[in-house]
Amino acid sequence: MKQKRKAFSGIGQLIIPLVALSLLILFNLFRDPGFFSIGVAVNSSGNKVLSGNLISVIDSASELAIISMGMTLVTAACGGQDISVGAVGSIAGAVFVKVLLGASSINGGIVVLGIIACCLATIAFKLFNGALVAVFRIQPMIATLILYSCGRSIAYWISGSATPQLNSPIISAMGMTIPGIPVPTPIFAVILVGLLLALLFKLTNTSLYTQTVGINQGAARLNGINPILIKLLSFVILGVCVAVAAVIGVCRMGNLSHKTLLVDIEMDAILAVAIGGNNLGGGKFRISGSILGAYIIQMLTTTLYAMNVPPVNVKAYKAVVIVIIVVAGSPVVKSKVTAMWNRLRSGGSTAAVQKGVRG
Amino acid sequence: MKKFVALLLMLAMVLCCAAAMADGIKVGIINLDPSESGYREANVRNLTETFTAENGYDATFVTAPTADKQLEAARGFITAGVKYILVSAAETTGWDEVLTDAQEAGITVFLFDRMIECDPSLYAAAVVSDMRQEGETAVAWLESLGLEEYNILHIQGQLGSAAQIGRSDPLTEKCAAEANWTIVREGTGGDSWDPNEARKIAEAAINAGEKFNIVYAENDGMADGVVAALDAAGITHGVDGDVYIMGFDCNKWALEKLLNGEWNYDGQCSPFQAVKIDEMIKVLEAGGQIEGLNDLNQIISEEKGFDAKTITQADIDAYGL
Repeated sequence: MKQKRKAFSGIGQLIIPLVALSLLILFNLFRDPGFFSIGVAVNSSGNKVLSGNLISVIDSASELAIISMGMTLVTAACGGQDISVGAVGSIAGAVFVKVLLGASSINGGIVVLGIIACCLATIAFKLFNGALVAVFRIQPMIATLILYSCGRSIAYWISGSATPQLNSPIISAMGMTIPGIPVPTPIFAVILVGLLLALLFKLTNTSLYTQTVGINQGAARLNGINPILIKLLSFVILGVCVAVAAVIGVCRMGNLSHKTLLVDIEMDAILAVAIGGNNLGGGKFRISGSILGAYIIQMLTTTLYAMNVPPVNVKAYKAVVIVIIVVAGSPVVKSKVTAMWNRLRSGGSTAAVQKGVRG
Repeated sequence: MKKFVALLLMLAMVLCCAAAMADGIKVGIINLDPSESGYREANVRNLTETFTAENGYDATFVTAPTADKQLEAARGFITAGVKYILVSAAETTGWDEVLTDAQEAGITVFLFDRMIECDPSLYAAAVVSDMRQEGETAVAWLESLGLEEYNILHIQGQLGSAAQIGRSDPLTEKCAAEANWTIVREGTGGDSWDPNEARKIAEAAINAGEKFNIVYAENDGMADGVVAALDAAGITHGVDGDVYIMGFDCNKWALEKLLNGEWNYDGQCSPFQAVKIDEMIKVLEAGGQIEGLNDLNQIISEEKGFDAKTITQADIDAYGL
């Protein structure tokens, strides 16, 4: 019984996002039974690819899903969010494009080099943010506001022109589909980043230490955990996530548009973390929740587009749904619902005991 | 205090030297940040290439993204005693005081690219684009195709912006008037004219089985986003394709896509106002009058629409941003 309860409380955080996602799916099935049908199309390069709204959602949410993973860690460790992910993503894209265009031709080796350079750049910029937050104890939002406001200008300065173009089959394979594999490549990137993070948590104590620092920094230090190091680590991981997302974004379009690459993604990433039931004040976290959050946001967008909602109204509709999800996941509503559930299940006599167990 | 006086003296000396050295027409140019877009990049380049010492100018350039910095720069130019001030304003309001000061100081003001809401007598002329004209040119080109049916995927820019309204209205009016013109889907790339958002809208339209034969995207980036979705779905586009692709702004890379036959049309939004202003200054310097102004003291830039079938490399070199 105790075991079962523990398992239940573990998934508890995911109930709201799971319910929201199921409702969205049900709504779409009800609205248009064909919404989730998956077909096979032949793309312009002559490759067979999967198509359909479901593929669109999973594919389009890739950048957001990857960045929200990193954002979750920063949120947990620092109790605040990094709002410069979009701007630093633009810098990452500029570095990537700069390396690729610097070579005589685009081949596999140069792409790998570009990705490494891009990762190093984002890690450097994120360490700058991290240092302000961890060492100088500046509020994360203020610390990251600096790069938020100047990052895209830095990207322009690096790339040197407004829209450099990358024309190469390797680039389109990375941004769309690899010949012979019908699944869009960005989806694999999400799986890869997710697996690497899962492995990191499995093999090291990063997850536990991050939570400890997020909950009580002083206690963490007394227990021999260096909060500065943990916070910096979270920013480094976010940096890598941003680099991967930026490379996907650039390859998708086959060019760099420093003004629009990963634009406004910070807001959606913070939202994904919140929808995933994570405490934005730091501490306990669940990366799977944030990933779910990312897919919910994209599912919502795709649903609105599929419904052909007039462009003027799209944002308002989106806002309404998100307000409902966030309110449903708020502590007040949650505790009310839990109390009601307990009363319903066991009647008045044992309610007090149940409440005590659930803490 | 001593230090302050010394500093002032030094500043005065430097200014005197600068004034003594320069013998061209003193011009102060206030523009937006070149990193804003390909348009702005070309605009800044055009101005710096036109207002040179060889061309008889002593020009100072300020690029500032915000209204307060621009106003500060304008006051600086008035103090420095320039003869002409050229402005592309970040915001349309708040300029009255500075422009009045400039007028009293005998400075001639030209506006370029962006209008300012003030009395037209405060500036000599405004060289601007007519966004509605751009939309009308594009719609006229569409009509000249003589298609049986026009099923249009319409991707709008930042809702409410001058470019969006000007480029949207002629199309929506035409679709309301003609029975065979239909907008099958309408979406927006949002405030940042996001190509990725345009791609998602096109994807949703394709997934919903909508049949469209025209993509009317209000800038090049968003047209490119739609093309990415078409490519992924294997829908052909361009000169020999099923879907006509239309964009705006005439970025170099977009015009190259026209030349390759991947797109069909690109509408120009000219950033080349410098030559016109140069001409007008030369006229004023010779004691003449500026002619051809409308009642808002505007001169509308001449803007073209390029067709993939007729575009040449020379066009790209001349008009590409």
